[in-house]
Amino acid sequence: MLMRPPIQAWSEVGDLMGSIFGPGLFQSSPVQVALIVGTVVAVVSGVVGVFTVVRGQSFSGHALADLGTAGGSGAFLLGVSQLWGFVVIAAVAAGTIDLIGPGRARSRDLATGIVLGAGLGLAALFLYLDTTSSNTSGASMTILFGSIFTIDGGLVPIILGLGVVSLGTVLILYRMLLFSSLSSDMAVARAVPVRLVGIGYLVSLALAVSLSAMTIGAVLSTALLIGPAACALRLTKHPGLALLLAALIGVAVTWVSIVLAYDSFYWPPGGRGWPVSFFVVALIFTLYLLLQLPARRWASKWASRSAIIDARPAGP
Amino acid sequence: MEEELARVDADQVLKLEGVSVWLGGRQVLRDVSFAIREGEMTGLIGSNGAGKTTIFRVILGLQRASAGRIWIRPGARSGPDPAIGYVPQTVVLDPDMPLRARDVVGLGLDGHRIGIPFPSRQRRRLIDEMIEAVDASSFADKRVGRLSGGEQRRILIAHALISRPQLLLLDEPLINLDIRSEHEVVELLSRIAREQRIAVLISAHDMNPLLPVMDRIVYVAAGRAASGTTEEVVQPEVLSRLYGRQVDVIRLRDRVLVISGSDDTSAADHEHAHATADPGLV
Repeated sequence: MLMRPPIQAWSEVGDLMGSIFGPGLFQSSPVQVALIVGTVVAVVSGVVGVFTVVRGQSFSGHALADLGTAGGSGAFLLGVSQLWGFVVIAAVAAGTIDLIGPGRARSRDLATGIVLGAGLGLAALFLYLDTTSSNTSGASMTILFGSIFTIDGGLVPIILGLGVVSLGTVLILYRMLLFSSLSSDMAVARAVPVRLVGIGYLVSLALAVSLSAMTIGAVLSTALLIGPAACALRLTKHPGLALLLAALIGVAVTWVSIVLAYDSFYWPPGGRGWPVSFFVVALIFTLYLLLQLPARRWASKWASRSAIIDARPAGP
Repeated sequence: MEEELARVDADQVLKLEGVSVWLGGRQVLRDVSFAIREGEMTGLIGSNGAGKTTIFRVILGLQRASAGRIWIRPGARSGPDPAIGYVPQTVVLDPDMPLRARDVVGLGLDGHRIGIPFPSRQRRRLIDEMIEAVDASSFADKRVGRLSGGEQRRILIAHALISRPQLLLLDEPLINLDIRSEHEVVELLSRIAREQRIAVLISAHDMNPLLPVMDRIVYVAAGRAASGTTEEVVQPEVLSRLYGRQVDVIRLRDRVLVISGSDDTSAADHEHAHATADPGLV
């Protein structure tokens, strides 16, 4: 059998990719930045998201994401990068939530709701000022729904750094987080600093949400936080594997979304690409539904063999 | 604080002296004193709201005592390996939580450490041994949230025991269990307490399932406590003093019923119950 030179094979692959994904996808600098940032954000959100779901703090995650709107629009007014607005407001909000309502889930939700309301009021004012000062709704769209293709390449190292801090914190606290999610009283009995662990986790959450607000917008960033984690938890009962799977699902969804968004330039109505955020949310939602349906059917069919269902990825 | 204690015996692991707790203007514990010893099972008996959980929270340091002293054998609490095992009354476990039963036992071993646990042969062996000891091998790899109440209880006991504690605190471990699981859990605890010389403090609102294995009893009512052997404590005079009103103790074969009169007109009943009480049947 005749082997072709590898270079020729590679260029054929390149041509093939080009014809599938639209020409010039991987050469475009905004796309390269988008892929790098998207990957970092997806990994951080996926891993932090598993703990968000396990700790039952999806509402806190969602609130921190929505509050990012106030930070993003405030930063726009001041003329600095939205990233700083997202990070500052998420950190302040996480601290306030922790100060008002530590402990029980109900008072925590109450505190979260109150801080969320106050923050959204601020966001309403800032967004109004943004649109009147710039005479365009572009700022609102970017802040609320993200624009991964317009991220300044200079921000990449900062985004990477914040991602490492967030990811590092949850990995260092991994066992204590699992333990205090299981039962905070049992964790205290074993001298786990539950309060400190909770604060560390909130910082990671605030960073993760801020980063994903950069890519898919403040309003939608919970999708990237909760979605891949929820899917991963359907697939595995092993805590470590759940982190890995959530990160992988997040990265896959982000990449496919970037490619589709780039390709959608040629879709109707034509001349304008569809937003990446739409594809991310649509893909995650579809995947979650796919994982729900068969699992339920299987569960009733082999109710007694739950261990086998647990061990196997649900799917057609 | 510890040196103020009058005297501590060598085999005592935990001692409370005159502990009182005020919560929101209400006194939930009044002058509670008792000690528990290694290798012994002590029952903390009382109805709901009597103060049992508060006693656990005071021992664990989750609740400050307003007065009194709490002594825990040095090494049982502080140090790098805190050795109090604790199983709370309610642990709400989500069925989808990505934690297998063996992961919960593993958290008992090193859940207070930082970083990700690296699988090692020794870690796995320790966890397997503990799971074996509580007869949980058949469901060790299932999600903990999907186990039955009795299975979860056994896993939580394994979790508490794997750190080799000197003191094991169990808050209502028999609640919501069927009679068979109840019996299994009691047998398991009694075996472990004797074999591993652990001091076990186990709370229950019904003393009967514990009667065959209980070495000592701490009876709690209205925030007050009386302690001693079952024969000493489960007596109408002692319990009446505790409740502050007339209480009858009825012994039926190997079961004990404590009946609290609704008012003070039951003096005759009291005399009757006292006359028929037979400590030998306990």
